[in-house]
Amino acid sequence: MTTTIPAPRTPYAPPKKRRVNWEKWGWLYMRVSGVFLVVLIFGHLFVNVVAGNGVRAIDFAFVAGKWADPFWIVWDTLLLWLALIHGANGMRTITNDYAHNPMLRRLILLAILASTVVLLVLGTLVIYTFDPCPANAVAGTLPSFCPAK
Amino acid sequence: MTTATLEGTPSAAPEVPSFTVTLIVRRYDPDVDAEPYWQDFDLQMYGTDRVLDALHKIKWEQDGSLSFRRSCAHGVCGSDAMRINGRNRLACKTLLKDLDISKPIYVEAIKGLPLEKDLIVNMDPFFESFKAVQPFLIASSKPDKERLQSVAQRERFDDTTKCILCAACTSSCPVFWTDGQYFGPAAIVNAHRFIFDSRDEGAQVRLDILNDKEGVWRCRTTFNCTDACPRGIEVTKAISEVKQAILKGNPNKVDIVLG
Repeated sequence: MTTTIPAPRTPYAPPKKRRVNWEKWGWLYMRVSGVFLVVLIFGHLFVNVVAGNGVRAIDFAFVAGKWADPFWIVWDTLLLWLALIHGANGMRTITNDYAHNPMLRRLILLAILASTVVLLVLGTLVIYTFDPCPANAVAGTLPSFCPAK
Repeated sequence: MTTATLEGTPSAAPEVPSFTVTLIVRRYDPDVDAEPYWQDFDLQMYGTDRVLDALHKIKWEQDGSLSFRRSCAHGVCGSDAMRINGRNRLACKTLLKDLDISKPIYVEAIKGLPLEKDLIVNMDPFFESFKAVQPFLIASSKPDKERLQSVAQRERFDDTTKCILCAACTSSCPVFWTDGQYFGPAAIVNAHRFIFDSRDEGAQVRLDILNDKEGVWRCRTTFNCTDACPRGIEVTKAISEVKQAILKGNPNKVDIVLG
């Protein structure tokens, strides 16, 4: 004698698979970028504030000096991208937690995305097109270390 | 004669210290009140009394309209989870003497679930999340005897078998307070109990369910749930293990290496 007992409940139909699981990758990104940011941020703070002449040494010439070295260009690019996306992803998470109105949520998320993209583009542009002594600048506006001065 | 009998006169038990304690209970009657309000009760209690005894004393001697859930009163049924001095505890496992009785003790319903009356909340959303993770054995094999399991394999999910579904963890979770869609710690704990069970074959189904927008990734690792659990389950650890299992794939295939 065989008895067939039906399944206790209709099986759960998993939600339609989106191609990218943003929640999973967002979560993973926070962990991985966090590890890199610890090194990048503390390295940045050490070089700028602790080593050398301390915080008083930071001026236009100091930044220009750093960006003359490709090492610091790469460092600051990594710092910019990782930290900005890390922060924006955190804001996205907080928005998802607390913004209940779907319209408001959409608006905030779009604002975060837009500001992040603008800041990333501007920041990257500054790092890679930075020229402390532009050729056709007005004479009085150039810093003291430029050869044209 | 083998029957145990009392020999000699029993010495008087040492007197249990008695004290006056103020309980401030968050009351709400949907038929009368527009908003919940706090009401205080002064009670003469003993060092052996629990918060549940104090609530009984109020209900039986002072105000019979006070409503709360309790069943076994011994920390097993999970009916009387409530917020005691801002922390989720079982009223039947919290001794008054362990609280600061020089100050009033605040008792209110658990947060994040719809308040029905006084200390009673609607548990339906909680149990819906629980059901959604399929908390039952999914196995295709039909053995003649029991399904065998090694001690190590049983140990793997031992912690999460202790859950009594009191909702203390889920209703202590700040994500659950603001986002009712989140599965919540209790559902994930009960998914963990089967995901890491070597006899179960439905791990991937449950991992897919929890690998969702409202699944494990909403967990912020605040440890409120671990602090709240009256059974001492390491809830946050269990959630992290489910996260790891989603990232690394079905644990029962990995488990053999661990075991």
